[in-house]
Amino acid sequence: MTAQIDDELWSAIADPSRRQVLDLLVGNGAVSASWLAGRVPFSRQAVSKHLVVLERTGLISRRKQGREVLYRVEADRLDQAAKAMAQLAAQWDRRLAMIKRLAEAAHAEDKRRERHDEPAPGR
Amino acid sequence: MPMPGLMIDREILIEAPVDVVWRTITEPDQMSQWFADRVDLVVEPGAHGYMQFGDQGGPVVVEVVDPPVRFSFRWNYPGGEEPVAGNSMLVEFTLTPEGDERTRLRVVESGHELRDWPDAEKQRYADEHRGGWVEFLDSLATLLAKRQPG
Repeated sequence: MTAQIDDELWSAIADPSRRQVLDLLVGNGAVSASWLAGRVPFSRQAVSKHLVVLERTGLISRRKQGREVLYRVEADRLDQAAKAMAQLAAQWDRRLAMIKRLAEAAHAEDKRRERHDEPAPGR
Repeated sequence: MPMPGLMIDREILIEAPVDVVWRTITEPDQMSQWFADRVDLVVEPGAHGYMQFGDQGGPVVVEVVDPPVRFSFRWNYPGGEEPVAGNSMLVEFTLTPEGDERTRLRVVESGHELRDWPDAEKQRYADEHRGGWVEFLDSLATLLAKRQPG
């Protein structure tokens, strides 16, 4: 009845701090947790927690480079998420378009009746 | 199925007075034309109903009925359970008259996290994300595609 969306993914993105982390990763490629911590208004510990949650959804991945761990966004997963969301939104757009058609037709009918001085049926 | 925090925010401008739009979104025989295939529902706060979509269906519970400006219901919750914040999706319609013959209709579908936030926070969040998650994810995906050609 509605397009299926992954719970974990949405609860991950629902958090504004995590969206901020995601935004930074999208804009800057592979970066470390410390680099991120220098650019957000919350603690390094909080950054690490957010990274764990995001990684669990598959939206980001990590790799070791020397002594550093770098994080980056997984483009395919992000794309998939964006498409699923767009599908749900399109479903509502179709419903709204149908409401518009029905309401405008009903309004035209009301006006026609008014002109002909007919009583509206059962209203 | 709970979808925490998921938010869709769409709107449309309709060339009809607010009371006509209200009837269209709340009368079950009208709802069955734009929403489900069959709608068994009394539009009263707290009323339980059922919607049939093809060979699937699910329960609905009406939340707010404030004619002709606000109508909301919960759906997508596990059968046999009462829908509460946390196990269901909330669909909220807001109707805003624009003159006598025009109505702006907005629909927001959200999960529970949003619901539990203080109003001020919710408003700030909604303002930030007018258009919902679609734009947010789209813009991220687009940005990323630009940065990583191919």
